[in-house]
Order: sequence, then C-alpha cells, then structure tokens
Amino acid sequence: MKTFQLTRPNNNAQAIAAAAKSKTAQQGAEIRFIAGGTTLIDLMKLNVEAPQSLVDVNRLPVDKIEATPDGGLTIGAVVRNSDLAWHPLVRKNYAVLSEAILSGATVQIRNMATTAGNLLQRTRCMYFRDTAMPCNKREPGSGCGAINGMNRGLAILGTSEHCIATNPSDMNVAMVALEATVHVRGAQGERSIPIADFHLLPGNTPQRETVLEPGDLITHVTLPPAAPGNRSLYLKLRDRASYEFALASAAVVITAANEKIARARIALGGVGTKPWRSTEAEAELTDQPANEATFRKAADAALRGAKPQSQNAFKVELAKRCLVHALKLATQPA
Amino acid sequence: MGIVLVAGRWRYEYLWKIFLRKILFFLANCFGGKEYKRMDSESERSTGRDQASGDEAGQSFGSPESRRQFLKQFTVTSAAMALGPQLISISSANAAEKTAPISAENAVDVHLKINGKDYALKLDPRTSLLDCLREHLHLTGSKKGCDHGQCGACTVHINGRRQLSCLSFAALHEGDEITTIEGIGQPEKLHPMQAAFVKCDAYQCGYCTSGQIMSAVALLKEPCGPDDAEVKEFMSGNICRCGAYPNIVAAIQRVRQGAQAG
Repeated sequence: MKTFQLTRPNNNAQAIAAAAKSKTAQQGAEIRFIAGGTTLIDLMKLNVEAPQSLVDVNRLPVDKIEATPDGGLTIGAVVRNSDLAWHPLVRKNYAVLSEAILSGATVQIRNMATTAGNLLQRTRCMYFRDTAMPCNKREPGSGCGAINGMNRGLAILGTSEHCIATNPSDMNVAMVALEATVHVRGAQGERSIPIADFHLLPGNTPQRETVLEPGDLITHVTLPPAAPGNRSLYLKLRDRASYEFALASAAVVITAANEKIARARIALGGVGTKPWRSTEAEAELTDQPANEATFRKAADAALRGAKPQSQNAFKVELAKRCLVHALKLATQPA
Repeated sequence: MGIVLVAGRWRYEYLWKIFLRKILFFLANCFGGKEYKRMDSESERSTGRDQASGDEAGQSFGSPESRRQFLKQFTVTSAAMALGPQLISISSANAAEKTAPISAENAVDVHLKINGKDYALKLDPRTSLLDCLREHLHLTGSKKGCDHGQCGACTVHINGRRQLSCLSFAALHEGDEITTIEGIGQPEKLHPMQAAFVKCDAYQCGYCTSGQIMSAVALLKEPCGPDDAEVKEFMSGNICRCGAYPNIVAAIQRVRQGAQAG
C-alpha cells in the first residue's frame, strides 16, 4: 500500500475544502473521503486505489436518521448499514431497503459500512481488482479482460464494449426502487441528484462511475414518503445462502388495489452496470391484473435489452424468474 | 483396493513430513536457544513485558508460549529490518520504559482505549487496526486470516459493536473503545461464551476461534432470532475451515438459552 496523508476534519466545510484539491473524484482520485473503509481499504491493499490523501469523514455531523415533515426519511451519509437496516421507520415504511441491506455482506461489515460509502461501492469484477489484468475502469485504454474472459458474475444490462462490470450493491437497488435523492455539498454549493441519475453507465468512460466532482461530499440521502398501502421487498439470488454477491436480485415496491397493480417501482441488482431501474417493467405492470402472466411480461420487458456474455447467459432467465417471484411474493394476500 | 493403496501412500508421505518437521523444529530450538533467551530479555526492556512470564517462556522451548514468543520476536526483528526508520513508537500507561519516537512518513498521533487501557501511539497511517493490535501492542489474540474482510478472524468490538480490524486503519479510531478477545475473559475466569466453546468443542485448529467468540458475544445483543438458522446467518462473517460450525452454533445457543433461563 502506498503511503498517504490522513486528515481528520471536524466539519463539512473543512472536508470539502480538503478534497476539492483532487483532480478527480473518480477512479484514480488523489484525495479520497474515507468512512467505513470496507471498500476503499480493501482496494488500497490491492493497489487498485492509491490516494495520496485520505479525509476522514467519520466524525462529521452527517450521522442521523430523521423523519422529514412530509413523511419521508433523511439518512445521514455516515449512518452505518446496520443502523439503517434495523431502524424502526425503515422496517415499517421501507422494508425493501432493510431487506436489501441485511442480504448483503455480514454483520461486522454492516456495522462499518456507511450509506454514502455503499452508494460508491466498487465493482467486484476480478479484472478490476487485479492490477496485473487489463481493465478500462482501472486503467482507461488497457482493454477489458472480462469480455471473453471470466464473466459469469458480470453485467448483462447497461454494458459497453469497454466495460461489463456489475454494480455490486444491494442497498443501491432498493434506493433506486424507492426513488431516493442523493444530496451533495461541494465547492460550488449544494445540489440534489435523483438516484437514477447518480450512477453513470460505463459507455466510453468506465472510470467515471458517478456524477461526483472533486470536493463533492454526500451529506445525506432522502426517501420520499412511502406510497400508502404499498408492499415492498427485496429478493436476492446467489451462489450460497449468505455473504455472497447477487447473481440476480429484484427490489419491488407495489401498490395494489382491486387485484390490479396501481403503482409499481422495479429495480434489478446483480445484472446491471449500475443499479438497474426498469421503467419498462413498471409500464407492463401498471393497471394490469396481479397475476403470473403480467409478471412474466414485465420480466421479459425488463430483460429485453440484455446482452449476455460468454459465461453469463443464464442470468437473463434467472433475473426474469427472480423478478416474477418477487412480484408474486409482494402481491400475494398477507 | 486402489483407493486403500492411495490412502496408505498418502498417510506414509504425511507421516514422513511430520517426522522431518519435528527434526527441523528440534534443530531450530538447539540453535535458537541461547539467542532466544537474550532477545527475550531485550524485548522485555522495550515493551515492558512481565519479567516472570518472559523467563518462564525462555526456559521451555517446546511449549506453545515459547513458540509464540520466538515467532513474535522474529517478526518484530524482521519487521524492524524491513521497515527501518518507519518503526513506530508506542507508549502506554503501564509501559516500563518509553521507546524514543522514530519518525515515519505521514505519522499520526492516535489515542486508543483497548480493553480499558489507554494507549497513546504514533503510527504510520497505513497501519490497520489489526496490525496495530498484533504488531505494536502484542495483543495477538485477534488473528489475521485473509486481511481483506472476508474471513472474520480479526473481529473485535468497537464501541460495543463487532467490526473487522483488518479492514480499518487504527488512526480512524481516535478515542474509540476497543475490546479484543484478551478483554472479554481470562484463563481463570472465562467469559460464558468462551466456556461454552470449550464445553461444546466448538473449534479444531483454533485459528478462527477468537473471531468466532467475538462475533458470538456481540450476537447476544443483536436482533438475532431464536433458531439455529438465524444464528448461522448472523455468524456467516466468520469462516471456519475446519468446519466446526455445528458445534459453534451449539455453543452460542447454549449461552443464549442459559441467558434466557437465568
């Protein structure tokens, strides 16, 4: 691991000023914020990340979960995954978020990992994590080892000829289905970013994963009020029952009335280069009867654009069945 | 028949390897003896270790304790050779003698409270909490397995919650209260979870055990359901390559049921 300077600011302004000097906030950033460290330290040990400076944000006053006046929820950037998953308001109004977080990693890691850190979780693509391998995300222009390589766990949606790395987060998938907003404070002031616009598709610049600029500090995430009478859940399919990344997962938020689906929010995990919102599936579900034929149509629509690689064609059908099963569970009588 | 033959051959080679290892270990002890004794007394001066236990270790080379001390000394010596001026100073409330601080690039001052004791350290910022515990403070109960947050052998409690010490820098824990396996029980007064692990034979080689116990102790305060399946899910961050899982679950359930009854 390369050495770095550690600064421990006491307030947001100091942290932002310290990080604003970086040339980029994306892969290769010379200055990084550090919170739980569960992704960053791992990647620093692998020399995939080698920041010259780390800014410790663990002590910043962005660590609260609070109900908003409109009935939504504000989640501080350094709220730990465990605290978020077990919070009574999250359990009650946003079950999909609680389930998604609890399906990821382990208790120890969830006690460390933070909300903002999870938004920025890096891919588990083995070519990205191994500096001996080509990877356009880690080293632009070096090529993609995963295309025609070991790609069983990698993405089938949102890929490009330069990168097929999966976004590994479970929390992000639930956040997308809940239409969360990411609040950022930077050198230029504050701004709010709908989560669907927060992550970028790899395209020609897979090293750019989010819209964040140098000095941008995620301060909190807000959730809109839960739709009245909605049911939400997260279904995750993986190679083993615990402590494994998703091969395919589905976050569904459904409001049903008179055996018809009035409103649906659908996001998929484990299959996309970013947490995958499927408005196509939502359109197939809205105002339709809640039955298997509808669910199957929605699943087909969600995966219509899938581009499987040499080893992961199974994910197309797996993701469809995952979504169909999640919809069944979310609409069956309580 | 073929299988028996193969198995027999494997066993023969295995025994031969063990025999060779024993001879090598004996020779190492013969040559290492005098040197070891001298080094150990030096290490006492520099770390303020207890005189009696050091002498005891110095006289019984075959014991696990002496092997630990030998390896520890070897590690510290080689680390010093490798790191050179990067070696960092430690001062603790009960240290017999403070070593002079040696400068390290980007060194940071850190105050940690570990098992109720205050430590003021100057550390290379890259020092993981695990390396700080093991290499700087000689609290070797927390183990280094994967060093990437995948195995759980390094589990400690930070402000009452279990976390992975390998996946965090010591310098991020200014003022935090840290509890290691050394802080939850003593050989003469085991924590109920430690006693249950012994009772249920919840280990084989023992390498993952301190991490398992730290997770198990934390689990008692977590929202874990009553079933074995729930315990397994909550313990999935602690890998046991010997496969002692059924007995680990039994030990944990024994303590939980006892706690409920009591």
